[in-house]
Amino acid sequence: MDQGKRRAGIAVVAVAALLLMAACTSKPGTTPNKTVTVVGSWSGAEQDSFLAMVAPFEKQSGYKVKYQGSRDLQAQLTTGIASGNLPDVAGLPGPGPMKEWYAKKALKPLNFLDFSAYSSATPPGFADLGKADDGKLIGVFTKAAVKGLIYYNTKDWKSGAPATWDALNTAAQAAATGQTKEWCIGIESGGASGWPGTDWLEDIVLRQAGPDVYDKWVKGTQTWSSPEIKKAWQTFGEALTNSYGGSKYVVNTAFNKAANPMFKKPPGCLLHHQASFITDFFKNEAHAAPADYDFFPFPDINPSYTGSVTGGGDLVGMFNDKPGARALLKYLLTPEAQAIWVKRGGFISANKGVAIDAYPDAASKKAADLLQKAKVFRFDGSDQMPGAMNDAFFKAVVSFAGDQGKLDSILSGLDKVQKDAYKK
Amino acid sequence: MTQVPVLSSTDVALKPPPPKPSKRRGKAGRPAGPVHAVLVLMMVLWAIPALGLLVASFRTAAETNKSGWWTALVPPYHFTFSNYDYVLNRAGFWDSFVNSLFITIPATVLVVMIAAFAAYAFAWMNFPMRNVLFVVVVGLLVVPLQVTLIPVLSLFRDFQFGDFRLNGTILAVWLAHTGYGLPFAVYLLRNYMGSLPREIFESASIDGAGPATAFFRIAVPMSVPALASLVIFQFLWVWNDLLVALVYLGPASENSPLSVTLANLTTNFGGNWQFVTAAAFVSMIVPIVVFLGLQRFFIRGITGGAVKG
Amino acid sequence: MQIVSNLFANRLFLAIFVVFGVPLCLVGYILLVEIVVSRLGRKPAAAIRPWLWLGPALLFLGVFLLFPTISTIVSSFKDKAGVEWVGLDNYHWFFTTEGTLLALRNNVLWAVFLPLLVVTLGLVIAVLADRVKYERVVKTTIFLPMAISFVAAGVIWKLMYDIDPTTGTLNAVVNAFGQDPVAWLSTPSIDNFMLIFVGVWMLAGFAMVILSSGLKGISTELLEAARIDGCNEWQVFRKISLPLLRPTTAVVATTVVIFALKTFDIVYVMTSGNFNTQVIGYQMYKELFAYGDPARSATVAVVLLLATVPVMMVNVRRFRQQEAVR
Repeated sequence: MDQGKRRAGIAVVAVAALLLMAACTSKPGTTPNKTVTVVGSWSGAEQDSFLAMVAPFEKQSGYKVKYQGSRDLQAQLTTGIASGNLPDVAGLPGPGPMKEWYAKKALKPLNFLDFSAYSSATPPGFADLGKADDGKLIGVFTKAAVKGLIYYNTKDWKSGAPATWDALNTAAQAAATGQTKEWCIGIESGGASGWPGTDWLEDIVLRQAGPDVYDKWVKGTQTWSSPEIKKAWQTFGEALTNSYGGSKYVVNTAFNKAANPMFKKPPGCLLHHQASFITDFFKNEAHAAPADYDFFPFPDINPSYTGSVTGGGDLVGMFNDKPGARALLKYLLTPEAQAIWVKRGGFISANKGVAIDAYPDAASKKAADLLQKAKVFRFDGSDQMPGAMNDAFFKAVVSFAGDQGKLDSILSGLDKVQKDAYKK
Repeated sequence: MTQVPVLSSTDVALKPPPPKPSKRRGKAGRPAGPVHAVLVLMMVLWAIPALGLLVASFRTAAETNKSGWWTALVPPYHFTFSNYDYVLNRAGFWDSFVNSLFITIPATVLVVMIAAFAAYAFAWMNFPMRNVLFVVVVGLLVVPLQVTLIPVLSLFRDFQFGDFRLNGTILAVWLAHTGYGLPFAVYLLRNYMGSLPREIFESASIDGAGPATAFFRIAVPMSVPALASLVIFQFLWVWNDLLVALVYLGPASENSPLSVTLANLTTNFGGNWQFVTAAAFVSMIVPIVVFLGLQRFFIRGITGGAVKG
Repeated sequence: MQIVSNLFANRLFLAIFVVFGVPLCLVGYILLVEIVVSRLGRKPAAAIRPWLWLGPALLFLGVFLLFPTISTIVSSFKDKAGVEWVGLDNYHWFFTTEGTLLALRNNVLWAVFLPLLVVTLGLVIAVLADRVKYERVVKTTIFLPMAISFVAAGVIWKLMYDIDPTTGTLNAVVNAFGQDPVAWLSTPSIDNFMLIFVGVWMLAGFAMVILSSGLKGISTELLEAARIDGCNEWQVFRKISLPLLRPTTAVVATTVVIFALKTFDIVYVMTSGNFNTQVIGYQMYKELFAYGDPARSATVAVVLLLATVPVMMVNVRRFRQQEAVR
């Protein structure tokens, strides 16, 4: 067993040598006052695009941007506030936590930005969402997403863009024959399962009951069991009934591959409702080519609210008021910076100064155009609700999709959460 | 016993095992067919998901969505290295690999040694409130890591020596992993050390050995199988940890371990999950090597037939 | 203290410290303790020594676990903002909310079935593998899932349970028998067990490794003697191995019960708590990070803590017995 001892010795020496070698070859750190640390939800290919976007800034200003993507911004920033160990600039999970962190004096006001210039460059409804209760700007949008787009397979859908919801349903019913259903819906998404359905409901409420009801609903003053909201669920329920695979498929299929049957031959469905980022998934999950799909905007339901658009976006805020952080935020808001990511794909700019021509393909050109020309724009409603309400909404969508017969008890359950969640 | 024993797992000739001519020492007679059947069945059941993951790591996402992984095992093959290619060439991959070693090795050593001291005290020293204290220690095993983060981080924030702040350093990660790993480590080792025979410690004491001698030359060598399993698990848990590293190192740290780098392979909405499958196998290699390397301590008789009935 | 930060920035120093410094410091500490204590005389030495041996562990546990636990207990009696005392309001919420009670019921399922399956399978594998030549292969296969990250385990188990029989492994089997595909994760009567099985898959290796280390510590002579006395293998196992393994089994079972109570990741990744699969660890995480209610999160954690009291009592009894006989 002496051999064993020798072997253990060799192992220790080997590990030591490995670590020493690694220690010697790694580069010394850069000086901290010329770096700007950034944490955001962008990772993978998005992270690469973000780094490409800040590369010119690093060259011009001499600052080094150190970026880290995070899967759970909320947990990382909440604990970061406790530890005092915060990034200079960070993506924010939503308007709710943003205001809370500003109240705790962790998030710094962005007084150095010209609000009116920023506001006029962004689509209506965006800029004000970044304000705190005291009216100070604390969060800005660089990246936007257009929601409520209805995608179709160009080979199978020949009815163009229907003007109204009824026209859409008539055309879809006529085309859906045999194996082919009207919709492809999948709402599974790990810890956030249900969110694709909340987007559906937001689109329906905005177009069916109008922006006023929408705003009251988001603020918690419109009950879930009210006729307007209930009707929206029933409308969504009709789409669920006419969807591929039935309720088991809907609740068990990940949203990212939900549209795959649309690209099969013969197609499993004709239409898929999703936000503009979904095209990345068409490519990755179904090997679809850009020519295979196109979209039209969610049609009007009630003609008095025509031209409504829902969307979302990524808020960015500042935790450490340093010259580097200010310079970076100013840079990120410029159309020149955003055009870099736009050209790389998968990015709808929140700045109207980015030319439509900069977008790399027809679908993203169309989505950006839709956002810039929107008459009524509303930000993602569930994202603005308090955390507990938002989560209950997600879960309600899942249980509704599983069994539509439970609608009344689901809505009264949501009413109960609403009473509790909006309390300060 | 009066000679100076050498600190080694094997030289402790407390009770020299009688020489056995048979090579099948400690094994019973030939195992019957059902034994093989049960083992093979278990292996197959356990390997199927892992095999599915392995196959998926060599396919594109679209392929995995289109047909079951088992269909990929027959020709024509459509395997691709692109997932591994992406993972291994990710910026910062090798740096974070080294960082993982820097974090995992000390965190494992600290837990195992500190727990061994404490376990020895719990098992073989007399002091008031011993059982109550021990129950508290083990009871802390149930404390969810998440609820500890904010109190501890706030404590560290207010606590600094001059320029040196604990939050955000690799030292903080070592200490945190040590704290979180101790309840299980103390529990496991106290149980094992407590079952060692009393006579050995008594005769050592009569021979004039102090507690330190008894600990290093009797208790530790005789607990090698338990220590080895503890090393395996502590290493594995620290290696795979994401939360502690993220929270104690803070944003964009130069010391980020592999788990942090690999967690960022997917995009915002969980796109490109196929890279996760390749990453799982890449990051699994080191813990598996540790597991296999420590297997030699799971050999019957290493403790010299210490545990009696 | 600039020097300290510089040293930590210097990776060469760090490498040396990591490999040699950490163990040397700790051995040095104990030797130093013994040198100091041994000069004190027998009685004071015996009184002080245990505390110095326990010292490092108690310090770590105090800072990282005990202190946060106490502050958690305190905040469970406060309001959301952590300012005003609200008495038992949060506990009233916990025990009157349908969701948390359901989560509690699911935790009971987890705490019963996970340890039962994990310990039984771990024991069977450890004992049987001990008797065959390919022991290493068996153990590595069973251990493998422990080394897989939760995210990757989520990917593979979603493929296992997929509703579509062309990609879902389990439903492909079901389909081969001519049955309709089963919605494994959205059928409330079975989905909890499907999740528990993922836990069993991940933890059987844990039980196996520890039980195996216990098994290897059993005296060979004892087993041989029993065989010479004419016991068959089953009797040797029943009469000798199993009783001797009891303390180790208890450690594994206790640890797995606690893992079961704390379960969070599997549920989070697989079902997000839908279709009656929520557990209280998940509720605690949600309250803390998603709903911004640290008080309710603390309350859930305290309930978790209370749930372990019976488990701990069993352990104390066991240790008393062990000390009485040795």
